[in-house]
Amino acid sequence: MPAVSKGDGMRGLAVFISDIRNCKSKEAEIKRINKELANIRSKFKGDKALDGYSKKKYVCKLLFIFLLGHDIDFGHMEAVNLLSSNKYTEKQIGYLFISVLVNSNSELIRLINNAIKNDLSSRNPTFMCLALHCIANVGSREMAEAFASEIPRILVAGDTMDSVKQSAALCLLRLYKTSPDLVLMGEWTSRVVHLLNDQHMGVVTAAISLITCLSQKNPDEFKTCVSLAVSRLSRIVSSASTDLQDYTYYFVPAPWLSCKLLRLLQCYPPPEDGAVKGRLVECLETILNKAQEPPKSKKVQHSNAKNAILFEAIALIIHYDSEPNLLVRACNQLGQFLQHRETNLRYLALESMCTLASSEFSHEAVKTHIETVINALKTERDVSVRQRAADLLYAMCDRSNAKQIVAEMLSYLETADYSIREEMVLKVAILAEKYAVDYSWYVDTILNLIRIAGDYVSEEVWYRVIQIVINRDDVQGYAAKTVFEALQAPACHENMVKVGGYILGEFGNLIAGDPRSSPLVQFNLLHSKFHLCSVPTRALLLSAYIKFINLFPETKATIQEVLRCDSQIRNSDVELQQRAVEYLKLSSIASTDVLATVLEEMPPFPERESSILAKLKKKKGPGAVSVTEMEDGKREGGELNGGGDRGPDASAMAASNASTPSPSADLLGIRPAAPVSAAPASVGSLLVDVFSEAGPAASSAAVNDEGFLSSAPPSEDPAPPLSEADELLNKFVCKNNGVLFENQLLQIGIKSEYRQNLGRMYLFYGNKTSVQFASFTTTVSYPGELQSQLNVQSKPVEPLVEGGAQIQQVLNIECLTDFSEAPLLNIKFRYGGALQNLTLKLPVTINKFFQPTEMASQDFFQRWKQLSQPQQEAQKIFKANNSMDTEVLKAKLLGLGMALLDNVDPNPENYVCAGVIQTKGQQVGCLLRLEPNAQAQMYRLTLRCSKDSVSRRLCELLAEQF
Amino acid sequence: MNLPRMLLLLLTISITSSFQMQFMLLFSRQGKLRLQKWYVPLSDKEKKKITRELVQTVLARKPKMCSFLEWRDLKIVYKRYASLYFCCAIEDQDNELITLEIIHRYVELLDKYFGSVCELDIIFNFEKAYFILDEFLLGGEAQETSKKNVLKAIEQADLLQENIDYQTRLFAGTVWTL
Repeated sequence: MPAVSKGDGMRGLAVFISDIRNCKSKEAEIKRINKELANIRSKFKGDKALDGYSKKKYVCKLLFIFLLGHDIDFGHMEAVNLLSSNKYTEKQIGYLFISVLVNSNSELIRLINNAIKNDLSSRNPTFMCLALHCIANVGSREMAEAFASEIPRILVAGDTMDSVKQSAALCLLRLYKTSPDLVLMGEWTSRVVHLLNDQHMGVVTAAISLITCLSQKNPDEFKTCVSLAVSRLSRIVSSASTDLQDYTYYFVPAPWLSCKLLRLLQCYPPPEDGAVKGRLVECLETILNKAQEPPKSKKVQHSNAKNAILFEAIALIIHYDSEPNLLVRACNQLGQFLQHRETNLRYLALESMCTLASSEFSHEAVKTHIETVINALKTERDVSVRQRAADLLYAMCDRSNAKQIVAEMLSYLETADYSIREEMVLKVAILAEKYAVDYSWYVDTILNLIRIAGDYVSEEVWYRVIQIVINRDDVQGYAAKTVFEALQAPACHENMVKVGGYILGEFGNLIAGDPRSSPLVQFNLLHSKFHLCSVPTRALLLSAYIKFINLFPETKATIQEVLRCDSQIRNSDVELQQRAVEYLKLSSIASTDVLATVLEEMPPFPERESSILAKLKKKKGPGAVSVTEMEDGKREGGELNGGGDRGPDASAMAASNASTPSPSADLLGIRPAAPVSAAPASVGSLLVDVFSEAGPAASSAAVNDEGFLSSAPPSEDPAPPLSEADELLNKFVCKNNGVLFENQLLQIGIKSEYRQNLGRMYLFYGNKTSVQFASFTTTVSYPGELQSQLNVQSKPVEPLVEGGAQIQQVLNIECLTDFSEAPLLNIKFRYGGALQNLTLKLPVTINKFFQPTEMASQDFFQRWKQLSQPQQEAQKIFKANNSMDTEVLKAKLLGLGMALLDNVDPNPENYVCAGVIQTKGQQVGCLLRLEPNAQAQMYRLTLRCSKDSVSRRLCELLAEQF
Repeated sequence: MNLPRMLLLLLTISITSSFQMQFMLLFSRQGKLRLQKWYVPLSDKEKKKITRELVQTVLARKPKMCSFLEWRDLKIVYKRYASLYFCCAIEDQDNELITLEIIHRYVELLDKYFGSVCELDIIFNFEKAYFILDEFLLGGEAQETSKKNVLKAIEQADLLQENIDYQTRLFAGTVWTL
């Protein structure tokens, strides 16, 4: 029994809980619960009206049963009944039940809303708070519809009690997060900002969370909060530890409020007003100074609260990234924490330093801690701390310390926890590639990686080493030699066999002069591994063998014999059998010339994003690995995988589609995926040519999985015509980031974000050559009526783009009213004297200004019916251009910016979306229905919008997407 | 030159999110869930799955390990008080240490209210534990951080229930006339 039972305890409940606790087994517990449920059910159904107390007790028991993990399918009505009780505890239990067990589709919602409405207007602060808590806990769309306009009024009314204001602020925040379209800005907005000045610290603490969220979405409307926040922060920071009375926590004045203030400031750039900025810098300095003062208490709560503020202040300093002095001080402070006896602090210091490493002002300062971090990687007992240390090493790595860091990571890998091995492998592979000055080091590192952690070396890693070896002829001999040696090990990882097979097949001739690695020795070595390998590896080895026949005619007889034996030519695996048959035939029928053409050395791979990076990003999520790369982009020129020294190779480009062993292109979805369907075609056609003399025997040899046989015909790489622009535009309808354009000289990447009717687009112009671009200019122009519909502002870019460098341009976009055309971006620059002139469409489409709108089925149909004028609807029936896979479709629809609604369309195959387009002048509500017909590979797309031009435009845009 | 870093650059510009706790769980050393508070909408099935996984993960950790861990896309902040684990999930941008102190303040509030709180108090008075939490945190954000003010609100409510007021039962009927 409980030690204390305040208020009116419910004896029956306590007895029941005791019973449950005394149950010896799960079965006994279930039995006891079922008995209780039967009892409650009969009480609720009984003729005798239950008094409030009993009702409360039973509802509370049901809640307890639910929280134990059992399903509850009744009692909701009784709980709703309690809401209208005038006895506080009954009401309270009713609200608790509703908050925990609410079912948003429930018919009860209207009853609940009614009870809440009564309590909100009761002028009884305790009841009002209960009602507000309930809204905040449930936060459903129905509640937002009912109360989103009422709550701002309560929040800013002069006579509202402080406690009610606090609840109202957070309640509104919750509604804004679930249904931003229903919380309309208005006259209350400016008054909310002034709550930052409120005398009651609790009101400020609650209000600031709301203000922070609103400022993120509407930075301009709330920008006055910056100076208010700075002065509030300054008052707290400079107050004595006792000034704030109960808001002082273990001698730290208002830690929660301080953190929230610092977080709010992170929504904005550094203050422009010199006085405000000065005051803020002073605050940040004071916070850093305080970290050096002796603690006022030995309690961990004191240091935690103090350091919570410190870390938030450091986050703000990093966010501003403009005060070298503060950045370096922050770094030194974190350096101290790296050796702190508190594990928590070491963890956080490692984490925070990762972001500091990306600032050019503090990168060097971070690097000075390398030994400590390496030590942490070796000695920390907690894997999550070691993980942070590995992340930081990765972040601080640059050319000067790459060898040391890679060596440490490799040696750590031997004992690393299984949970982080794969990621470590990727990181080592990336660093080795990025900072390799000599390629033999790179090859050694990757082969070591395979040796140490072969199981964790994903395909991307070994594909990449092959791409690089093929592209760098100065490393090919070394690679062949090293891989040959590595294969000598009695037990070597299958990935090593794959790399070995590929490299010896291509470059085995470079080491064949040495009798210790003569062709036959090489072949026997590879073949000794054959039987232990999986089917894909065996397939790869067979391809290596046919290449051997081409490279070393003296091995022909031996290899033919191998191919001819039953275990190959009658292998139960179709792929292996086919390869054996075809290769055997090819080697015996084709003339040496034909053989040499078919098995020509692999052409260099085109420049491309490292597939490993893509993989790591995918693993860690966006942003996780990015920091250092950004830094390096600024700092570095030379690149491992090909460089300016090798002219762009048109045939390699074309070949890449057919022969790239790596699926890297689609990993990020950032490049146009290598057209898989095109690959067999080009390989096929080549093979047909080759075999037309040799007869049809092997004409179906589409051996394109690793692309060994392909060497596509050279093709003209056309200069990008404007006609591509629409196609490029279409790629960005459902996504905001990616590569907009790429040719031999220039790559243009885009990252964009949109909020309401505003957008910001970051353009990254990368010079792919080693030669400077001069007179680089960009201009945005508006075709047709667009001038009055869209406003795009940009700052001019630097006129010089160095070889290998990348420059960034920010465009601010404002949607004034709906539009159909896309703005044009013209880029002009001089490359080696020749003027390059290029015009693209900027991927700004009307759907970027969508705000998703969640709604229930009945609301949807009601609105659908309201939009019944014929011109409000646009419909199109079209053939599927892409996969009709559900997940793909869903991802696209979500990318479109609307809310994807479940359970609306009676046919589950169909997709239904809703959203509101935000323009400066008006909001346009849009509803969408997409009906796939998988059998016919067709879609029917229907749009209904409150503005007919929008329906038409969206329909047009979307018909290209699926 | 190839431009892998450009693509990474694209990912660096992140949008700051405001502090918001995703959920808070209290569970015993035996893995029994004692209190659950969800600040994001999730299905019951998903909640059970998260709870199961997380309880397992946290219980597997040794004492003295750090109080933070990455889990899925979230950061988990936890601390053990006697036989109970308090465990919060926050987002990537959020402040771990201040969350740790949110947990502590909640423990203090429970302690003050029940008078040296123990697991049994929370089992038998789970509804009170929820009420106190709602006064302190609302929608995953700190509503009132003053210990005095939170307890005052709870005690006022306790007082209210003792002065039963039957007089104004006027609304009881009207709510239902829909």
